[in-house]
Amino acid sequence: MIRRLWKFNGGVHLPAHKEESTHHPVQRAPLPKRLILPLHQHIGESAEAVVKVGDQVLKGQMIAHAKGFVSAPVHAPSSGVVVEIGDFPVPHPSGLSAPCIVIETDGADQWTPLQTHGDYTQLDPSALRNIIREAGIVGLGGAGFPSFIKLNPGPGKVVNTLILNGVECEPYITCDDMLMRERAPDIIAGVGIIRHALHARECIVALEDNKPDAYAAMCAAAAGTDIQVVQVPTIYPAGGEKQLVKVLTGMEVPGNGLPIHIGVVCHNVGTAAAVYRAVEYGEPLISRYMTITGGNIAQPRNLEVLIGTPVKDLLDECGWNPGTLERLLMGGPMMGFALPSDSVPVIKTTNCILAMTASDSLPQRPVMPCIRCGACADACPVNLLPQQLYWHAHAKDLDKVQEYNLFDCIECGCCSYVCPSNIPLVHYYRYAKTEIWAKEREKQKAEAARLRYEFRLQRIEREKTERAAKHTQKKEELTAAPADPSDTKKAAIVAAMERAQAKREEIKGGE
Amino acid sequence: MQLKTPSSPHAHMPASVTSVMLRVVYALIPGLIAYVWFFGWGVVINILFAIVVALGCEAAMLAMRDKPLKPFLTDGSALVTAVLLAISIPPLSPWWITLIGTAFAIIIAKQLYGGLGYNTFNPAMVGYVLLLISFPVEMTSWQAPLMLITQHSLGFLDTLHIIFGGGLPDGLRLDALTTATPLDTLKTQIKLDHSVDEIISTTPIFGHFGGKGGEWISAGFLLGGLWLLYKRVINWHIPVAMIGGLLGMALIFFIINPVSYPSPLFHLFSGATLLGAFFIATDPVTAPASTRGRLLYGALIGVLVYVIRTWGGYPDAVAFAVLLMNLATPTIDYYIHSRVLGHGAKRKD
Repeated sequence: MIRRLWKFNGGVHLPAHKEESTHHPVQRAPLPKRLILPLHQHIGESAEAVVKVGDQVLKGQMIAHAKGFVSAPVHAPSSGVVVEIGDFPVPHPSGLSAPCIVIETDGADQWTPLQTHGDYTQLDPSALRNIIREAGIVGLGGAGFPSFIKLNPGPGKVVNTLILNGVECEPYITCDDMLMRERAPDIIAGVGIIRHALHARECIVALEDNKPDAYAAMCAAAAGTDIQVVQVPTIYPAGGEKQLVKVLTGMEVPGNGLPIHIGVVCHNVGTAAAVYRAVEYGEPLISRYMTITGGNIAQPRNLEVLIGTPVKDLLDECGWNPGTLERLLMGGPMMGFALPSDSVPVIKTTNCILAMTASDSLPQRPVMPCIRCGACADACPVNLLPQQLYWHAHAKDLDKVQEYNLFDCIECGCCSYVCPSNIPLVHYYRYAKTEIWAKEREKQKAEAARLRYEFRLQRIEREKTERAAKHTQKKEELTAAPADPSDTKKAAIVAAMERAQAKREEIKGGE
Repeated sequence: MQLKTPSSPHAHMPASVTSVMLRVVYALIPGLIAYVWFFGWGVVINILFAIVVALGCEAAMLAMRDKPLKPFLTDGSALVTAVLLAISIPPLSPWWITLIGTAFAIIIAKQLYGGLGYNTFNPAMVGYVLLLISFPVEMTSWQAPLMLITQHSLGFLDTLHIIFGGGLPDGLRLDALTTATPLDTLKTQIKLDHSVDEIISTTPIFGHFGGKGGEWISAGFLLGGLWLLYKRVINWHIPVAMIGGLLGMALIFFIINPVSYPSPLFHLFSGATLLGAFFIATDPVTAPASTRGRLLYGALIGVLVYVIRTWGGYPDAVAFAVLLMNLATPTIDYYIHSRVLGHGAKRKD
């Protein structure tokens, strides 16, 4: 089926580097000795540990439950013993540590009894969402938004188009490509489940036209369904949610809005496969496909990796050279972040480990002044003016950067990539965003303090008026209740005084 | 194992400021070849001399401003300024014309504004306009095309001698070598109530659709400009808008009165129109940032060029028009932004 496609502004053509890692079929990575499971692997609230040190856990057993609405539970990827719960280095650019559960595996890899759910078409959407939530599934494309939330369009919202994102536009990464080649029926089955939950009218699986094998596999799996498999032109960042929606539907996701606001929902193809495993077999999300590649890796390839596996185990498995390692990335070269150490674990959103030698990334050149050439604006897939943003971010003019729509920046890195002056533009935008968030928090704090202070003043005022009211009430009680004898005496005195007064005035009047 | 954590992206295109600037210089080559073919060696000598002066001034200023010499001397921007200025002045201008213009462009218009990327005005055009208003005699003594100089063939050494020695080959007077430019001739003659057709058919300096030789030089710059577009060094917005603005004006008046107003084609291939459209107005440092801003900027340059050429005091106007619009760039940038993806899109809920 030919589907009309649209274009988004800008984008860049990048050297793909996909070939390197697609020669081998996907294999399971060996079971690591220790699994390190961060409690925070997704956008939203951290999960909360429900096991303690010394506990025996089985594969698939929930070890941390979701805390809050936007949160996802964590499950044991293999059987073993919880040996530590505490702070360990996690994959985050800051290099900071965060709470993790450490499991020493016993090698038995023994499953906990799994609960299956029968025919999903008999389940109503909320039950499906619950299964997906309990399985700890988050978006496997990168951002890691808990998937069950995106299966709930909200009251009165109609989903016209469900888009399955298999675009994978970042160079080097091929895990979605391999997943589509090898597990296309799983993905299509998962799409069916997601579609059932959303009541989506039409359903598109999108992938870049540089993945012919995956395209063929997906077409074969989708045969007989009305799911459309669509190839989109290879240009980075065609896989960005807003860009993909534009390419496939011609509609634009409103600024600071979501695809659902125009009747579109996007999920990653890996998420669909995970949804299928969860609903059909009751399996929680404990492993994923990922790419281990880069010039530093002897045998670049894709592996099915247990969540929590230390990165170093994977590097050892694929053959690396610590001596020539220039930087170690989680994710691709455009949006991935550099890992501070090789001891961090794989998390649910890890799609790629990219071990770069110095020759993979260009040598550092001096940063030159901006010549306003506009290459950044031409490349920007959201049509921002990156050089103006840079200018104002550099000058710390936070109002101006917001005026130039800083928060529409998706940090794809196209502008930095094309900048002939070698200016790290995205770096400045991140900095500006962080500054604005800090200011915002500061403002909220000040606002809270102000409210507290005003509340205190109000309370003092209220207490004062209450005291005064009590006082007058007592006074009134004293004057208005002549019942007790001392009061009659008082009244008599008052009456006598009044009489005396009247007499005095009479005498005066007589004179 | 502790590793460095630089910020993403971790890949970069091989382009650099130097490569961008060098491409601009390469793109000038077809026009330059035509220039040398029709006008001799003067322009080459001017260019080489201007480059020496520009790099010397740049180095001196960078040293005074405590800036690193190597990255800025090799960025190619001084080179571009020197070449553009040297192309703009008459080919047989005495050496001090080139010296003053280039030095002023680099020292005052560029370095005193903060150097690369910070200048408000196009440096080459500032240098040119300084020369034009300070030394009107030298700046309007344009060499005639070689084929119109019948008395003497003008070789490389002769030209060198004229430019640096001030002397002329035996038996030759300067006014035998120079002539008014086609735009200048046309302007003066139209004021004397001659018709455009009459002027063009009776004066030998006119070619097919521009000045003799000048039209082919313009065509060379057009070719280079198209290559710049193809290589994405420049965008189409400014050249197209500028040419559109100029041609639009020319067409209107040509239709109204073809006797007193030359055809749009003549305007396109005369003076600095095509050099200006592709190489001067497109100077990104001094042009607006947004595409819509660039369209407005280019169109207004085109209109101004026509207005000054037709009713103003100077025969060509590209330099003035560009500088005047440089003035407007901050204002255009202030008011005209691009439409960000999803802004103006309607929600359906």
